[in-house]
Amino acid sequence: MSILIDEKTPVLVQGITGEKAAFHAQAMIDYGTLVVGGVTPGKGGQRHLDRPVFDTVKDAVKATGAQASLVFVPPPYAADALMEAADAGLRLICVITDGIPAQDMMRVKRYLMRYPKDSRSLLVGPNCAGIISAGKAMLGIMPGNIYRRGNVGIVSRSGTLGYEAAAQMQALGIGVTTSVGIGGDPINGSSFLDHLALFERDPETHAVVMIGEIGGPQEAEAAAWIQKNMSKPVVGYVAGLTAPKGRRMGHAGAIISEQGDTAAEKAEIMRSYGLHVAPSAAELGQTVAQALRTIA
Amino acid sequence: MDIHEYQAKELLAGFGVAVPRGSIAFSAEQAEFAATQLGGSFWAVKAQIHSGGRGKAGGVRLCRTHHEVGAAARDMLGRTLVTNQTGPAGKPVQRVYIEVAEPFEREIYLGFVLDRKIQRIRVIASAQGGMEIEEIAHSRPESILQIAVEPAVGMQPFQARELAFGLGLNIKQVGRAVTAIMGCYRAFRDLDATMVEINPLVVTADDRVLALDAKFSLDDNALFRHATVAEMRDLQQEDPREAQAAQHGLNYVGLEGDIGCIINGAGLAMATMDMIKYAGGEPANFLDVGGGASPARVAEAFRLVLSDRKVKAILVNIFAGINRCDWVAEGVVQAAAGLQVPLVVRLAGTNEEAGQKIIANSALPIITARDLADAAAKAVAAARGNSAKEPA
Repeated sequence: MSILIDEKTPVLVQGITGEKAAFHAQAMIDYGTLVVGGVTPGKGGQRHLDRPVFDTVKDAVKATGAQASLVFVPPPYAADALMEAADAGLRLICVITDGIPAQDMMRVKRYLMRYPKDSRSLLVGPNCAGIISAGKAMLGIMPGNIYRRGNVGIVSRSGTLGYEAAAQMQALGIGVTTSVGIGGDPINGSSFLDHLALFERDPETHAVVMIGEIGGPQEAEAAAWIQKNMSKPVVGYVAGLTAPKGRRMGHAGAIISEQGDTAAEKAEIMRSYGLHVAPSAAELGQTVAQALRTIA
Repeated sequence: MDIHEYQAKELLAGFGVAVPRGSIAFSAEQAEFAATQLGGSFWAVKAQIHSGGRGKAGGVRLCRTHHEVGAAARDMLGRTLVTNQTGPAGKPVQRVYIEVAEPFEREIYLGFVLDRKIQRIRVIASAQGGMEIEEIAHSRPESILQIAVEPAVGMQPFQARELAFGLGLNIKQVGRAVTAIMGCYRAFRDLDATMVEINPLVVTADDRVLALDAKFSLDDNALFRHATVAEMRDLQQEDPREAQAAQHGLNYVGLEGDIGCIINGAGLAMATMDMIKYAGGEPANFLDVGGGASPARVAEAFRLVLSDRKVKAILVNIFAGINRCDWVAEGVVQAAAGLQVPLVVRLAGTNEEAGQKIIANSALPIITARDLADAAAKAVAAARGNSAKEPA
């Protein structure tokens, strides 16, 4: 098993006719993902990558039975595309787009709440690398070959640090069930906690790696939740020990503005809640190996 | 993006927030003339820089004559003002705001932020205005009132009334405070702000409620729909390297060390900087080349990193997903020809082998690294070797 997606999940790509979207949609298809179509308003009826293109998400869902969507729509139109996907009843929406206005995301999150919990879409991203269930399906922009099939879940704010973890694990012969990028924006569709809960319920996942960075309360909240609710070992890492206060480090969400925002404070909180904290980003793989030994 | 106080007030006034009468000046003559035009008998001359704490740093002066206004402006213009928020480099004063000074009875703190924890706009008010909010939170936490705005319907007048009554205002003042609070909220929402701070919001003896100072930060990601506000950008207030980086789609933050970093992804960039420190070195900068980096963008990244004279070695660390190692490698090879400092390169991910081949075939003295730890160790060693060579 895996979480969120597998080879049987029918997937739409919103914005499929864009150059970058098409490139990554093709890589997803090559990886084995069941891409059933795309949506670009005004291009309905055409075919792209040998898949049908629709004008609206509702049309696409009706014709293809899609359950998940990868959103590759430019920032000014992204919030609209996300609400359209939610309204069409997609179970999972993953948005790669970087640069969506924060207040747009605030409204999108509020919009999702209008649906009852059991039919509400799970939103992953924005500004993330996407989701990959190793050897099964890929909903994102990551290099698929670095994920070996296995029993460790990865959830990361940073895309490239998620790759780093997967590659180090692969080098040690450790594989991945699913890797999720929650994105570097101040307002995420879903949090560490949402995905940790899914990993806890997934029988194939034996341990989880959680990769955070400076800024925001998410890592601390997740760490507290882990101690109370998780039976599986969790490896934690927080990037940005050398980041100066008050400066935005690339990600809009990566800024030390409040107490508890620094990497050192977050790592300490993780440690205090019983996580296995990797001392550096180069020791992610080794720390996972150690954590796995505690349950062997 | 931050804007100046006078720009913030101009925006807020458009949303019905009452502000003192004022005028901007770029010279002492303009400042003196502004005072004559504004009328009154008491003026504040305020240095316009993107920072708080101006008062304590000598950036705000009260004047009783037109001549004093001119003299104060002359003193401030062209100077660099160092406040407790600017860092030691300070900010250049190139414009001053001349304002009719209003005597007041009370100072209120009023702030609006996009709170990521509750994912809503949070409004904060305190009757202890004039102090910084951190100070209020420390010394008078019980004075802080808070409201969270429901995004579906926006802020409601009753919420503004709750704050105004909570601040202990009389009924006449409450109506005016509600106008100010609702105006700030609408400005925040309509202009995609990330922070609006009125400190102080003052109450005058005749029950008027005025924004005496104003700070306004805008969401960079939303500037595409606020062209006139985007025009307010003052590049002189920003680090020139960071501004230049932004123009090329790069994210750059200058730091104190000597190892220049060129990395893709903000998380990996921070982690690599941490690794450098862990290996005994100091990073000279944060630099994220972003997704889809072209050879030209990589070359620009090198120019930027090398414009920092402290740099003794460069570390390129790319784990490509949306990027392509071969493209990055082409940029690296172009930039590395004629490079005066040692260069360590680690390439992984999409088109990794093609990228490594380009580096190997270049016959340039590029130090390659197999992984993150190796890259950091080699960069630290290279920087040390390079410093050791320098004449004492």
